[in-house]
Amino acid sequence: MKKFLNNVDDFLTESLAGFAAAHADSVVLHTEPLFVRRRHLQPGKVALISGGGSGHEPLHAGFIGRGMLDAACPGQVFTSPTPDQMIAAAGAVETGGGVLFIVKNYSGDVMNFEMAAESTARKNATVLVNDDVAVDDSSFTTGRRGVAGTVIVEKVVGSLAEAGGDLQACQAFGDRVVKRLGSMGVALTSCIVPRAGRPTLVLGDDEMEMGVGIHGEAGRRRCKMMSANAITAELLDAILTDLSPARGAEILLLVNGLGGTPLGELYLLCDAAHRRLSADGMQVRRTLVGNFTTSLEMAGASLTVCLLDQEILEHWDSPVNTPALRWGA
Amino acid sequence: MNGKLIAECCDRAYAALVQHTDEIAALDQQIGDGDHIYNMLRGLEALRAMAPQIEAAEMGQALQLAGGKLLSTVGGSSGPLLASLLMGMARAAPREAGADGVAAMFAAGVDAMQRRGKTGTGSKTMMDVLIPVAERFRELAAAQAGVGEILAELPRVAERGMASTRDMLALKGRASFLGDRSRGHIDPGARSSHVIITAICALLAESRGGPERSHEEVS
Repeated sequence: MKKFLNNVDDFLTESLAGFAAAHADSVVLHTEPLFVRRRHLQPGKVALISGGGSGHEPLHAGFIGRGMLDAACPGQVFTSPTPDQMIAAAGAVETGGGVLFIVKNYSGDVMNFEMAAESTARKNATVLVNDDVAVDDSSFTTGRRGVAGTVIVEKVVGSLAEAGGDLQACQAFGDRVVKRLGSMGVALTSCIVPRAGRPTLVLGDDEMEMGVGIHGEAGRRRCKMMSANAITAELLDAILTDLSPARGAEILLLVNGLGGTPLGELYLLCDAAHRRLSADGMQVRRTLVGNFTTSLEMAGASLTVCLLDQEILEHWDSPVNTPALRWGA
Repeated sequence: MNGKLIAECCDRAYAALVQHTDEIAALDQQIGDGDHIYNMLRGLEALRAMAPQIEAAEMGQALQLAGGKLLSTVGGSSGPLLASLLMGMARAAPREAGADGVAAMFAAGVDAMQRRGKTGTGSKTMMDVLIPVAERFRELAAAQAGVGEILAELPRVAERGMASTRDMLALKGRASFLGDRSRGHIDPGARSSHVIITAICALLAESRGGPERSHEEVS
């Protein structure tokens, strides 16, 4: 394993200290318990708090700021944060409008946020994001995973909160957006959890993991490498089968890198996705390309489609000013 | 049982997990994301660091303290689940340390855990070890089995439960996303639960001393 490290035990604290130093104008890092909050709060606004295991940077702390999150609770690498972090974060950023927790659907995240929601004195609600279409949503599983579509939920619900939407409205909007989201990823190489020191997945030089999760956990199938067009087609077919949009539907496309894939390749995937979506009769109204929900150094990408309507589009376009997403500000 | 014994149990559980770290990490990498054992160790290290507080407390309070600490240090799924176990036990802590009371206390903890995780047996999780152990413990206590017999039997029940996860399809947690590919692997949470139960039973048997002293080792 070759990583920039001093002591593996200090990975998270040192990385967050660097994040806080880089963005000192807009965020504040709290330790014991650990959370990052927005420096300038807007009184009365619904406070958006997310969190999850680390290793997915810039998710979630990179999306703290005007138009998105008020606080993020980072856990250890790939390990959900704990209720005391969420309770402290809620106490620090709730200013009268209540707290909306945005949670990716992983059993650890769900249970820890659930215990925080039960214990905090602050009025709260939760939006559970489960956009990954790779694994079936059946009564036999914990349900679909929450992956890169979370960024879209945080952006548009953050915008509604900024515009004065109340807790109930923000939760309902979040739930509605989640139903219009579908994502699927593919890994070309494994990630390495710093503490484990070895690859999570063992992929041959000519293999990929189709439908991979954001922790390197297995997806739909292990298969031989294919062309970018064929990979894109498989990902989009799975997503569109799940969303079954009307012909001519307007969509937002997110081409998300998993950490180790160059931007040039992500743009190539974006081109393939645009061609494929046009051929399928979709109208791509907005596109975002970059590393937003990563899996450490994993080479790979995920595609996310969000079915737009006027309300979602307006909240997507509204100004946002965070370390990792910024426009109109 | 009192706070001092709870602290000793934490010590022993920690030592046993340290001994099996690589093995459990390898199990986890086959069907999970490899973090389970490190989360468990982090939690138990935190409990060891607060040993004086735990030792000074009565059993119920000691379990509550330990549960709260695990909740704030372990994270993942194991954190809320183990915290629910210890806090559930804390609420049912008996005044007298008879086998009946301890068995009922353990069962109450496992119940609390089941409610939190919404999982029974058969889903390829640590519940496949803990539920049968809790049930067998109550049966043995109700039948007024000797303490030595109970301490020898429970690790065997734990081992069977652990082994039973090999052929199960994972239905909960991250391994569930593997579907059929999860078969053929022991669940790491079931294995760590088995390791801890075996270590604690050995400690309790030793602390009683005498002819029933158990030397059973985790293999």
